[in-house]
Amino acid sequence: MTAADLIEILNALVPGAAYEAGASVDFPTIYVLPEHLVDTCRALRVEPALRFEAFIEATAVDYLPRVPRFEVVYHLLSVAHRRRVRLKVRVLNAAAAEAGVVPTVQSVWPGAGWPEREVWDMFGIVFQGHPDLRRLLMPENWEGHPGRKDYPVQIQKATQTYSPLEVSEEQFRANLERDRVKRAHPH
Amino acid sequence: MAVMAPPEPHAHGLDPELPIITSKLEWLVQWARQSAIWPAQFGLACCAIEMMAMAASRYDIARFGAEVFRGSPRQSDLMIVAGRLSRKMAPAMRRVYDQMPEPKWVISMGACASVGGVFDNYAIVQGVDQVVPVDVFVPGCPPRPESLIYGIVQLQQKIARSRM
Repeated sequence: MTAADLIEILNALVPGAAYEAGASVDFPTIYVLPEHLVDTCRALRVEPALRFEAFIEATAVDYLPRVPRFEVVYHLLSVAHRRRVRLKVRVLNAAAAEAGVVPTVQSVWPGAGWPEREVWDMFGIVFQGHPDLRRLLMPENWEGHPGRKDYPVQIQKATQTYSPLEVSEEQFRANLERDRVKRAHPH
Repeated sequence: MAVMAPPEPHAHGLDPELPIITSKLEWLVQWARQSAIWPAQFGLACCAIEMMAMAASRYDIARFGAEVFRGSPRQSDLMIVAGRLSRKMAPAMRRVYDQMPEPKWVISMGACASVGGVFDNYAIVQGVDQVVPVDVFVPGCPPRPESLIYGIVQLQQKIARSRM
């Protein structure tokens, strides 16, 4: 299935969305506008001819001098049809210094939350509607987004030797109790 | 390996036939410490593979009395920092070090742990002596097991020299 075939199916499912086939050497690549991203993802997942049920990854690319500067990239897999697709979103509403906003696709794949956290951590692209947009790879109090091309890679910050626990003792004990009950009564 | 010669066994001036050996308490304690180093199971990167090779049968650190790798820092007295230390990992490593009982020692294994190595960037601590006090630095990328054994022998000599 080529990108053109996919776009034909998607045009019928998501009316009014403008798709564009991207260059690729491995599997089809489709450019999507941010406002049509969630509808497109839901169609890709639900439509019986597509069934892209596995969310493989989300990442981003920084094309620094270019405007729009960032592209968010999604890789999807259809186990049923043995097919992969790559979605790209140009972060259009971005000023030169700001990364811009893309809607979260957690309503389609709940597991997309952490990859989106990683993209925000590394590139500063905000995912609108994300319930828990915290640092994932970098320490919680880090400043800046190291994945950007203009990040000073060799910057040396003071080394932290202490970080407080992220849960309070009450939360920790509540978690223990919840796990204990869950294991005693699995269903 | 006799790191430090014991005092003369019959220097007590008594009958040489008597079953008594005298020694200095300080020498005896440091001899016991240097001869039973228990490292913490704490590997951070590829250096940890060489550390495992050092503990396994081919290089066999048991010959130097340091083979008992402990899963808990509370039972360890040596921390081998084997690999690059990320800034996010630094508080966790410091916590492990703080949980080790005294007396305790630290070996910084390899270029990354010692000075940052090839990772001259924002994410990697440029030398673990910013986080914990280091006794022996072992160079190499990664150091061969022989190098690490040499580092442990150096540490044993340091322990033997140190005062109680």
